[in-house]
Amino acid sequence: MDQDQYTFDFLDTRAQIVGGSSDDLKIKIGDFAGPLDLLLFLIKQEQANIFDIPIARITEKYLEYIRLMKRLDISVAADFLVMAATLIEIKSRMLLPRDPTVSEDEEFEDPRQELVDRLLEYEQFKSAAGMLYERSTIEQAIFTRGPIESDDNNAEIDASVFDILTVFQKIVARHVDEIKMEIHREEISLADMLKALRRRIFETGELNLLAFFEEMHTRRELVTAFIAVLEIVRTESVKLLQNRTFGDIILKKI
Amino acid sequence: MEPEEIEQQFRTPAELVALVEALIFVADEPITSKLLADVLEENRESVDAAVEELKSEYEVREGGLQIREIAGGWQISTRTEFHEAVRKFLKTRPSAKLSLASLETLAVIAYKQPVTVPEILDIRGVQSASAIKTLLDKRLIVAKGRKEAVGRPMQYGTSKDFLIQFGLKDLSELPSIEDFEDLTQGI
Repeated sequence: MDQDQYTFDFLDTRAQIVGGSSDDLKIKIGDFAGPLDLLLFLIKQEQANIFDIPIARITEKYLEYIRLMKRLDISVAADFLVMAATLIEIKSRMLLPRDPTVSEDEEFEDPRQELVDRLLEYEQFKSAAGMLYERSTIEQAIFTRGPIESDDNNAEIDASVFDILTVFQKIVARHVDEIKMEIHREEISLADMLKALRRRIFETGELNLLAFFEEMHTRRELVTAFIAVLEIVRTESVKLLQNRTFGDIILKKI
Repeated sequence: MEPEEIEQQFRTPAELVALVEALIFVADEPITSKLLADVLEENRESVDAAVEELKSEYEVREGGLQIREIAGGWQISTRTEFHEAVRKFLKTRPSAKLSLASLETLAVIAYKQPVTVPEILDIRGVQSASAIKTLLDKRLIVAKGRKEAVGRPMQYGTSKDFLIQFGLKDLSELPSIEDFEDLTQGI
């Protein structure tokens, strides 16, 4: 919304929004949660019947209140001004004679009806908000016991991909040192690796990632194992846990 | 497993009540009857009966604790009347209350969920962006996917934390919004 562009000019320009950036124009508007809240307040104050709002009087009071707010929170003000415009529109529609072209059978629609409906609906939610307030006050007087140390709130940290990479690099580095003579190469597919990994995790409920990587004989197997770990964490109910920073990473069944 | 099954047959109702109490006590969040039944390898009916028994025991005893049904589970908590002493000991003060705007927004979301920002604006007649942010930060509401409408606006609903913080069994425990009509007639 181009709120800065408001050059406010209705009703003798007595209601004013001093221009400038919206940042230096922040103040709270009374205790009213919004224009409907203000309107309800005015209706109550005037001891008016909500189903037969004296629209001229209420509109005047409403605009008076807006004038009182010298400096406005722009974004809230916009909503308040929309309501002001609505009120003025209803007021003028009520002054107009009935459209003679409209057949007499057609029910006369009170220009205030829509506003009344909105007010009634808003009032319900305002009461509901009051109920929530009371509930939260009561709840604040009730205490549960403090947290018990358990697996879940322990120092376990969710391990990130980078943590796995670190473990992976450790193993690779170790493998580089080994002098190896490869006699034959047994290829293991990703699907087989996944199957093996899944079996291992679900047999015992958890699996030490380092130990699992250690079992791999070749670089190729290691890479496959690594991808399998990423895959199983992504697709299945398995989470990665690290008991402490830089500690071993555990694959755990959820 | 065989041995456990045998042991279970000898579990008296009173023992089950005691076990249920122990589990509710250690659970960090309200624990559901289903979870209790799973852990104890009992059926739901006997667990529910045990919880009810435990609840009435607490009520008869009029002690410092109570068993409450919150967010679909069971919870042990202190009784409201002892809040001053508890607070003095814990050295806590009541946490900051939600603003009027936030409470209103929360009320609209609680009753109209899933609900979009424009729908909230319609009811409140005022922008609710900062209230929604506060509620999201406090985890009282959560995003519930996008609405299949122009602009695919995000929809919001209340969270489990909402139930816990407002002491509700479930959403149906909220008084119906129509019940607030009586208050409206007073104007």
